Formats: sequence, C-alpha cells, structure tokens
Amino acid sequence: MRIDKHPILEFQRGKKIKFIFDGKEIEAFQGETIAAALHAAGVKVLGKSIFKHRPRGFYCAIGNCSSCFMVVNGEPNVRTCVTMVEDGMVVENQNGKGEIL
Amino acid sequence: MKYTDLAIIGGGPAGLCSAISAASSGAKVLLIDRNEKLGGQLIKQTHMFFGSEKQYASKRGFNISEILLDKLNDYKENVEILNNTTVLGLYEDGVITATKDEKYVKIKPKATIIATGASEKVLAFPNNDLPGIYGAGAVQTLMNVYGIRPGKKVLMIGAGNIGLIVSYQLMQAGVEVVGIIDAAPKIGGYLVHASKVRRMGVPILTRYTVKEAIGNDTLEKVVISKLDENWNPIEGTEEVIETDVMCISVGLSPLAELLQQAGCKMMYVPELGGIAPLRNENYETTVDSIFVAGDVAGVEEASSAMVEGYLTGLCAAEKIGFKHENYLELKKDYRNQLEALRSGPVGTKIRSGINKVMGV
Ligand SMILES: Cc1cc2nc3c(=O)[nH]c(=O)nc-3n(C[C@H](O)[C@H](O)[C@H](O)COP(=O)(O)OP(=O)(O)OC[C@H]3O[C@@H](n4cnc5c(N)ncnc54)[C@H](O)[C@@H]3O)c2cc1C
Repeated sequence: MRIDKHPILEFQRGKKIKFIFDGKEIEAFQGETIAAALHAAGVKVLGKSIFKHRPRGFYCAIGNCSSCFMVVNGEPNVRTCVTMVEDGMVVENQNGKGEIL
Repeated sequence: MKYTDLAIIGGGPAGLCSAISAASSGAKVLLIDRNEKLGGQLIKQTHMFFGSEKQYASKRGFNISEILLDKLNDYKENVEILNNTTVLGLYEDGVITATKDEKYVKIKPKATIIATGASEKVLAFPNNDLPGIYGAGAVQTLMNVYGIRPGKKVLMIGAGNIGLIVSYQLMQAGVEVVGIIDAAPKIGGYLVHASKVRRMGVPILTRYTVKEAIGNDTLEKVVISKLDENWNPIEGTEEVIETDVMCISVGLSPLAELLQQAGCKMMYVPELGGIAPLRNENYETTVDSIFVAGDVAGVEEASSAMVEGYLTGLCAAEKIGFKHENYLELKKDYRNQLEALRSGPVGTKIRSGINKVMGV
C-alpha cells in the first residue's frame, strides 16, 4: 500500500531494512514508524485491549492516544506510531497491559 | 538539571514562532518537541494555505515549516532544539521533566511557553474502536509523511475544512473516497474545498451520522443514518457502506494536560474546542511565567498560531528581562494581525471564546 506516484510529494525513503513481526520477517524503510511499516505490510491490528480483548489499531498517529501500544524488543507499551522501525527489531502484538517488571 | 531562560514545549507553528521571537529578543531558548522533525501539523499539509501574505498564504503547509526553521536558524546561537523529546510533567516549581531518546531529563527554565497544539476528538458509536477507524490527522500523517495509503476506500466523517482537505489529499494519493457525511445541516468548511471534492464525484451528505461500525478484526462496513431536525436518527433511513477505512474529522480539542498539571486555571469553552486555559492579553496563564500559544490556547488555525507564537515569545522574553528593542511596535503589530485574522463573521465564534478565557 505504498504510494509510488504523487502529484505533489516525492517520497525519499530511507535504506531498506527488515524487522520481525510475530515471527515473520517484514521489509521496511529506515525513517518510518513501526506502525507505518506494519500498515504498509497490511497489518492493522497491533494489539488487544485490556479487559475485553478487542482488536486495537492506531488512532491518532501522533503519540497521544495509546491505541498503538506493542511489545518491541521485549519492552511493552511502546508507542509504535511515533517510534521508528529499526533493522532486526522484534515487534509483537500486545495483549492487554504489558508487564514491565 | 538543565537550565535555560525560556523553555518552549511543542515545535509546531506556534512553538517555532515563539522561539524565533524570544531568541531575537536575546533570550536563550530551549525548544522541545516529541517528534524527530519540527513543524507540528504543518509537515503533513500539502495544500496551499488561506490567510494573508504575512502568514504565508498560498504556500503549502510543509513549505511554511521549512521557512520558519530557516528563520530560526538565524538565531542559532540562542536556540537549542531538543527533538525526540516528550515532556511528561510540569511541576509547581517550574521544573519540566521529559524523556529524550529513552533517557529521563529535568529542565529548569525561568519561563515556559506551552505550545502543544491539539488532539483529534473521537466520536461515540458501537465498535468505534475497530482498527481501520482513524483520526483524519493520522491518515494524513500516514499518507503525506510516510507515503502509505490507509486502505482502499475511505468514508470521511465531518465536512469541515480538515475533512474536505484530507478527502482531496486521499484522492491525490490514489484512495477512493466513498463519501463525506456530517451531522450538521450545512457544510462547515469553505465552499471552494467542498466544490473541488464534489466535482471529483464524492457525495457530501449533511444531516447524517454513523450508527455503527461493523467488522471482525478490522473495519468492513459502516451503517449511516439520516438525522432529523433535533439531531436524532430517523428510523428506516439506514444505509450500509462497505469500506475498510473510516476517517474521523469532527474537530480538535486543546492538548492541555500539562497546563492542568501545572495548576493553570482552566475553563470549558466549546468555541475553543474544549478545556482551555485562562490567560491575559500577553498569553500568560494564571500561573506566573507559564505562557500559552497556538491551538492549546484555543483551537484555531496555523496563521493565528504563528502570530500568537511571535507575540507570546516577545512577551515571555520581556517578562524574564529580555526586552526586544522594538518591543512595543512589534507587540502592536502582532495584536493587529490577530485582530484582522479574527475579524468579520468567520471570527465570531473564536472572539466569543477568547472573551471567556480572558474574563471579558
Ligand atoms: C488537515 C488540516 C488542514 C489545515 N489547514 C489549515 C489552513 O489551510 N490554514 C491554516 O491556517 N491552518 C490550517 N490547519 C490548522 C493548523 O495546522 C493548526 O492550527 C496549527 O498547526 C496549530 O499550531 P500549533 O503550533 O498550536 O500546534 P501543532 O502544529 O499541533 O504543534 C504542536 C507540537 O507540539 C508537540 N507536542 C505536543 N505535546 C508534546 C509533549 N508533551 N512533549 C513534546 N512535544 C509535544 C507535537 O508533537 C507538535 O509537534 C489545518 C489543520 C489540519 C489538521
């Protein structure tokens, strides 16, 4: 779902990198957020809600609303809409409240 | 602990202009933003702006943020930029706490300007939490900053300027817009924008609302229904729309948590988008040396955010002993610009809101 041609914008994408999402390797570009890279790969469900385990995607994409929390390199509650994806990163769906300790 | 004259929280148009103004008055400025790239909402705006020459009308949003960053660069000896830094707390003694690149930092300024902008409102309906339902600004970030389409089709909720502009931008990105609906009896945005999307075949339905969203793991369908004169859904008018994305653009409200935390007196002012800070004519809040500028002081637009930024930067610098050589002249000019931006019938709402927070 990446845009190739745009009447006004030219997208200068960074270096191609790879990260792991739920055991699968996914291609991304340096300089994009984790949520953006996942969206480009067709992944919209980023986690499950705390009480009713309902699917969660991003909502605000500016780091405000907490809807995009995922477990990144073992760390829960990472705001994936504002955190840049990195080569070799391990990203997992977050189910409910993440445990820090 | 890091010490500085003036800390500015938020690097959108309001924060950037505050920084330019305060730094040109001679104050040392620390400009903090949680993003990598400064510019706030401007960096994702590909359309040409309205407004007057002085506020860069007819330039595209992302170009305006580059112009402001260039201007800021003229005062670089007075400005330090902390990007990728999220402010977490603002305490009674004026101390700011933040995380920068996963590290905790403490900052003690002589004065602070809060320019954190606004956040998008949500709409209540069954299943409004399904992935595929996004804020209009989020969709704009995804497509205009990262070059990624939000999905195949979009139903836009809200026919204000943002809803209309983002619909047009979605089509530029190659996404089908199946329609724009709005609960109000009239289109809220400028008619030029509305005609543009209508000419491209997008229906705009007024007096319509979302009844519910349907989908398993992600959005698949939306049920909309007509509203009567009293804004109640009319039974039997439901229509089912198949779409994988629904964009919510029903307004913004000030991102005012830090102000509340600092103990600033707040007031619910619907004309300003929600809970807004009380302030004086220099944009100082009820807490000494805490100032506000831009959408966080009341949701308006980039042009007024910039002028408010210049004015507030000037006043905050003066307060801590850095009086610009043309202080009075500049102050008068900025005030006049704001008055002009808010004049006429379009400005009625905002003028009434401002009167409330200024206790007029
Ligand atoms: C689709 C769209 C179209 C628009 N079109 C126009 C137009 O044609 N003309 C016009 O004049 N206006 C327009 N606007 C409105 C304009 O963009 C906003 O009014 C303006 O950006 C507000 O400026 P600001 O500096 O107050 O806030 P913002 O631009 O929102 O900037 C606030 C900054 O603060 C940062 N921040 C927030 N909290 C924290 C924290 N805790 N720590 C660190 N940083 C933080 C944010 O990340 C952000 O970078 C449009 C808006 C949208 C969404």
